[in-house]
Amino acid sequence: MEFLYLLLPVSMLFVLMIAALLWWAVFSGQYDDPEQDGKSILEDDDTHGSDD
Amino acid sequence: MASSPTATAESFNYKVVRQFAIMTVVWGIVGMFVGVLIAAQLIWPSLNFEIPWLTYGRLRPLHTNAVIFAFGGSALFATSYYVVQRTCQVRLFCDKLAAFTFWGWQAVIVAAAITLPMGFTSSKEYAELEWPIDILITIVWVSYAIVFFGTIVKRRVKHIYVANWFFGSYILTIALLHVVNNLELPVSFLKSYSLYAGVHDAMVQWWYGHNAVGFFLTTSFLGMMYYFVPKQAGRPIYSYRLSIVHFWALAFIYMWAGPHHLVYTSLPDWTQSLGMVFSLILLAPSWGGMINGIMTLSGAWYKLRTDPILKFMVVSLSFYGMSTFEGSMMSIRTVNALSHYTDWTVGHVHSGALGWVAMITFGSLYYLIPRLWGKDRMWSTRLVEVHFWVATIGVVLYIASMWIAGVMQGLMWRATELDGTLTYSFVESVKATYPFYTIRLLGGALYLFGIVLMAYNVIRTVVGVKAINPPVPTETHDPIRPVASMAKA
Repeated sequence: MEFLYLLLPVSMLFVLMIAALLWWAVFSGQYDDPEQDGKSILEDDDTHGSDD
Repeated sequence: MASSPTATAESFNYKVVRQFAIMTVVWGIVGMFVGVLIAAQLIWPSLNFEIPWLTYGRLRPLHTNAVIFAFGGSALFATSYYVVQRTCQVRLFCDKLAAFTFWGWQAVIVAAAITLPMGFTSSKEYAELEWPIDILITIVWVSYAIVFFGTIVKRRVKHIYVANWFFGSYILTIALLHVVNNLELPVSFLKSYSLYAGVHDAMVQWWYGHNAVGFFLTTSFLGMMYYFVPKQAGRPIYSYRLSIVHFWALAFIYMWAGPHHLVYTSLPDWTQSLGMVFSLILLAPSWGGMINGIMTLSGAWYKLRTDPILKFMVVSLSFYGMSTFEGSMMSIRTVNALSHYTDWTVGHVHSGALGWVAMITFGSLYYLIPRLWGKDRMWSTRLVEVHFWVATIGVVLYIASMWIAGVMQGLMWRATELDGTLTYSFVESVKATYPFYTIRLLGGALYLFGIVLMAYNVIRTVVGVKAINPPVPTETHDPIRPVASMAKA
């Protein structure tokens, strides 16, 4: 059972970190406009790159 | 923006993307060739030529390391570096460190290709490399994290596109998994012992092993999917909201499913059940993601008729759905009792690896490679189409034969006579598997042939063509800061 003393804290710590990141993402406005965010990559034209 | 952007002083770093993209194809051929060789050895054992370096036990880890970390790893470096630059509208952070990740990763691969056939192994599946190489991997990986997250930090677009979340979670998780699982005590330059013992070692190993599959081979390639499928289809992802839910659900659930690799072992029962339950829950976000990817094409299905790159992507998503369903089912105790230790597991892994991981990689590379050399398509679209069909037929032959072989083996091993003795000896099940090994070899050989076609197509696309490093556009949707040169002015 000793492995649990390692894996559980490590995994719990990881979950806490994920939760903190989710908190940040939601409350910093990352998800305020998902419709536009989905379209935005199409507005970036990566096909005709001219060389400079 | 779609309107022609004016140039700035800054350009995208495509060089490191090009290097990784080309090496993806090279290592793909090497890794899949070794796979075909060991598949042939299972039919004709004399194909090891009585040379220790070419025996199955040493080549098998070489095959897995080459396809997962050399082929898959290079593909992920290439695409994550490309996606993070394009979606953040900024040049990659720290060119020198990015170049180091390329040469460092290639050094790891070469070291693996030398030490594994020589028999140096820590004997942990998918983590066989010995401690000096483990340390090099850690250094390269930390550099990777600095380059990737450094780019995110200096981004010019406020929103972090969902693909970057997937890539970011894979980079962080693999760092954690790699370090915890490879804690070992060196006794000589190329020999070490794991810090854990017995069932503890097994649990740590499969906590690593499962999450390596989950994060190295799933979330990361989902990052690839969430960028390249919408780009190739020319349509936004079906539901961006669903993609956000998909990401967070995977992030919270994946970590707990590892014990399903140790069902019916000395691992405590409740831990096995926990792993099983989480494996079943995983099905929901996995299928949400698959549906999200496939439905991106809704209203544009006709494109599938003419665009082999989209065919690659849609078929890869279908395999993603199929293998995640299969994986959840196989974690159920009663199914596992039949499937465990049989070739069904091998079939399941390859349905994920060949069907999902490699197919989405091929599709993404066919989109990516021409753009890195200033073109809009591969040298031959027809050859991409041929590659698609060859690869698809190869996968189907491979996994169908392994399914049948696995179920057959499971049934033969458990069959008993009325007096309780076993109906079949083990070797009888081996003998019965030969025809399926032959079909598997054929499927694998077809798949290898497909990537050789790809290599030829890539050579014709890029040789003699000037590589480009396009300028970063000045105008950006949803900006958080002006481009560097304008800030100075």
